[in-house]
Amino acid sequence: MNSKYIPADKLTAWLDGLAADNRVLVPVVENGSIVFRPREAGSDTPLELEKQATVPPKNAVFPASEPLLTFSYQKHEDEPEKVDVSVQPTINAQPTVVFGCRPCDARGFTIFDNVYGADIYYESRREKTAFISQVCKETANTCFCHWTGEGPADSRGSDVLAVPVDAGYVLEPVTEKGEGLLTSSLLADASKEQQDAAAQMKKDAREQLGEAVDVSEARGALLALFDNMEFWEDVSAKCISCGACTYLCPTCYCFNITDETCGSQGHRVRSWDNCMSYLFTLEGSGHNPRPTKAHRLKNRVGHKFSYYPGLHDGLIACCGCGRCIKSCPVSVDIREIVQRAIETAAAETKAS
Amino acid sequence: MPHLDELKSAIKERLPELDFVIGWGRGFDPIHATPLFMRTEADVDKLEWGPLNVHNTATYLPSLRGKKVGVVVKGCDSRSVVQLMQENLIDREDLVIFGMPCTGVVDLTKIKNAVGDLGMVRDVQISGDTITVTAGGKEHALALADVLNNKCTVCQYHNAVLSDVFVGEPIEPSVPEDQVYADILEFEEQTPAERMAFWESQMNRCIRCYACRNACPMCVCRDHCVAQSRDPNWLSQRHDVGEKMMFQLIHAMHLAGRCTECGECERACPVDIPLVRLKKKINKEIKELFDYQAGIDPEATPPLLAFKVEEQNIREREW
Ligand code: SF4
Ligand code: SF4
Ligand code: SF4
Ligand code: SF4
Ligand code: SF4
Repeated sequence: MNSKYIPADKLTAWLDGLAADNRVLVPVVENGSIVFRPREAGSDTPLELEKQATVPPKNAVFPASEPLLTFSYQKHEDEPEKVDVSVQPTINAQPTVVFGCRPCDARGFTIFDNVYGADIYYESRREKTAFISQVCKETANTCFCHWTGEGPADSRGSDVLAVPVDAGYVLEPVTEKGEGLLTSSLLADASKEQQDAAAQMKKDAREQLGEAVDVSEARGALLALFDNMEFWEDVSAKCISCGACTYLCPTCYCFNITDETCGSQGHRVRSWDNCMSYLFTLEGSGHNPRPTKAHRLKNRVGHKFSYYPGLHDGLIACCGCGRCIKSCPVSVDIREIVQRAIETAAAETKAS
Repeated sequence: MPHLDELKSAIKERLPELDFVIGWGRGFDPIHATPLFMRTEADVDKLEWGPLNVHNTATYLPSLRGKKVGVVVKGCDSRSVVQLMQENLIDREDLVIFGMPCTGVVDLTKIKNAVGDLGMVRDVQISGDTITVTAGGKEHALALADVLNNKCTVCQYHNAVLSDVFVGEPIEPSVPEDQVYADILEFEEQTPAERMAFWESQMNRCIRCYACRNACPMCVCRDHCVAQSRDPNWLSQRHDVGEKMMFQLIHAMHLAGRCTECGECERACPVDIPLVRLKKKINKEIKELFDYQAGIDPEATPPLLAFKVEEQNIREREW
């Protein structure tokens, strides 16, 4: 299928069309923060497409908290000590279109796929969700998608790439699912000039980011520094161990499972968890293998740049969106930690 | 900053007896400062002072007990230090407090709203009353007064309330004391239903990251916070607005009479939830009931840690 073009002033009409069969999540501003919200057809809430969303659309496929099943207990009338339990799974995947995320946000789910591929809750949502990602017109100080992937026009994980050109968007289908979203009569075939403009725009976006830092050495370096707590204490000194970085991260996928009971019924809930929290690895015995924030930050960085790539063909479990840097209350910079790890490990090898 | 060099020398002088001194340095871009842990003289040379020093350095102190540390404070940070001392959560003898008069710090959310995306900020110049931020290819000259943190516009304590080393000339409060709670009085004019609707719409965005809690110098349960503990199990892991609000109310109540209004909870919140409004409301009540403000007097006992058979302003018997 060829690329399509939509003028900016027809965009919402097109989204309203998609909303007839899908939940359409779009970025909107709430008190200065940009969050994804379902779009009501005909709504006049303006979309925020210029800037990267504060909160990525992770919820679309991996909700912050989802019931896996409902359960209820029934006592036997004649034998009160006997209790029956009934359990119903609650799979609730709606067809969803995410519009206006960044290519890095959509690529985040390719990192999830290796982990949750056989999880029916994840899979059913993933199958029914399509991403129309917008290539970045201007890249932020915190963006480093080119270190961990191709850059701001990377199509992996996206179903359609929307490339902003003068007065509208060139819509480039990436997957079959994406093609299916481009059948509206509001869309025209993109002209040769529009396609050229889109190609130029993608090139410009990549060039804005400059040279990529080679982080392939990080995998070994982080392992080499595993027992070097002095290093980890130093790089984590200012961290307040809050977890904002993980909850805003499009590639953090850790969860907790709890039974939330009220009376004789309840839900088994899967909710986001994060390695910056003390309770994350607290064992039943009371022992905690990651007692300090230094141990926890080591895990966060090590997982993304070493342990995960070690298990999945070198794939880095970070899409370089930069939110953990941008929204960290104390400006911890994961790029700096990775670079310092590479340098420190290299210096140690040289010295030994 | 004419006095910054003086401050740096004072820190260098005390550094040999300390594990480190906490202050602020430049962050990853020109608009973000970052907490700086100074261990060497070369680190001290990186110290910055000015309106970008938004972080409360006192937040780190309770977790550093047992170490000998120095801390550079703004007036509001010093109140947190004092409050921590009052509650015996830090040891005075292990601490060296450095202060300078503070003319206020910026609210990065206000700057973000004025210039677009903070990630696009390529340059920042501060001169006199103006901060000039270059972002998105444009220069935005902003009056500092317009982007100051709300706490600073009503600040009563620009000078550290307690310090071992104080450099510079003390400055006067920003407004008369009776104007500190003007914003709360205004908010109180709304009906309870309106206020509830406001909080629900705000808390709806909460991602339950607990940055508000961990950034708070007085939130010291942290690893053992009821928000996540299953034993006791006061909050579920559901993402309902009710659960999120419940956590904020617990936080606010635990801070009653202890909150020093440093604003870290709100500043740390990645989704801009105006949390200080809740805290200030409770502080206003504490002020009216107990005539007490947190973190002013190292010798005082916070009202909710004290027991009196009868409070002067709570006329229980007359109800
Ligand atoms: S790195 Fe920043 S956001 Fe993450 S836990 Fe530490 S302080 Fe919080
Ligand atoms: S680690 Fe940081 S930069 Fe990487 S994907 Fe997560 S939030 Fe984005
Ligand atoms: S509240 Fe006062 S002391 Fe604190 S940053 Fe603002 S002006 Fe400075
Ligand atoms: S509740 Fe907020 S304003 Fe009060 S002390 Fe804690 S962080 Fe500061
Ligand atoms: S910092 Fe904000 S988003 Fe995070 S838990 Fe607190 S209120 Fe919620």
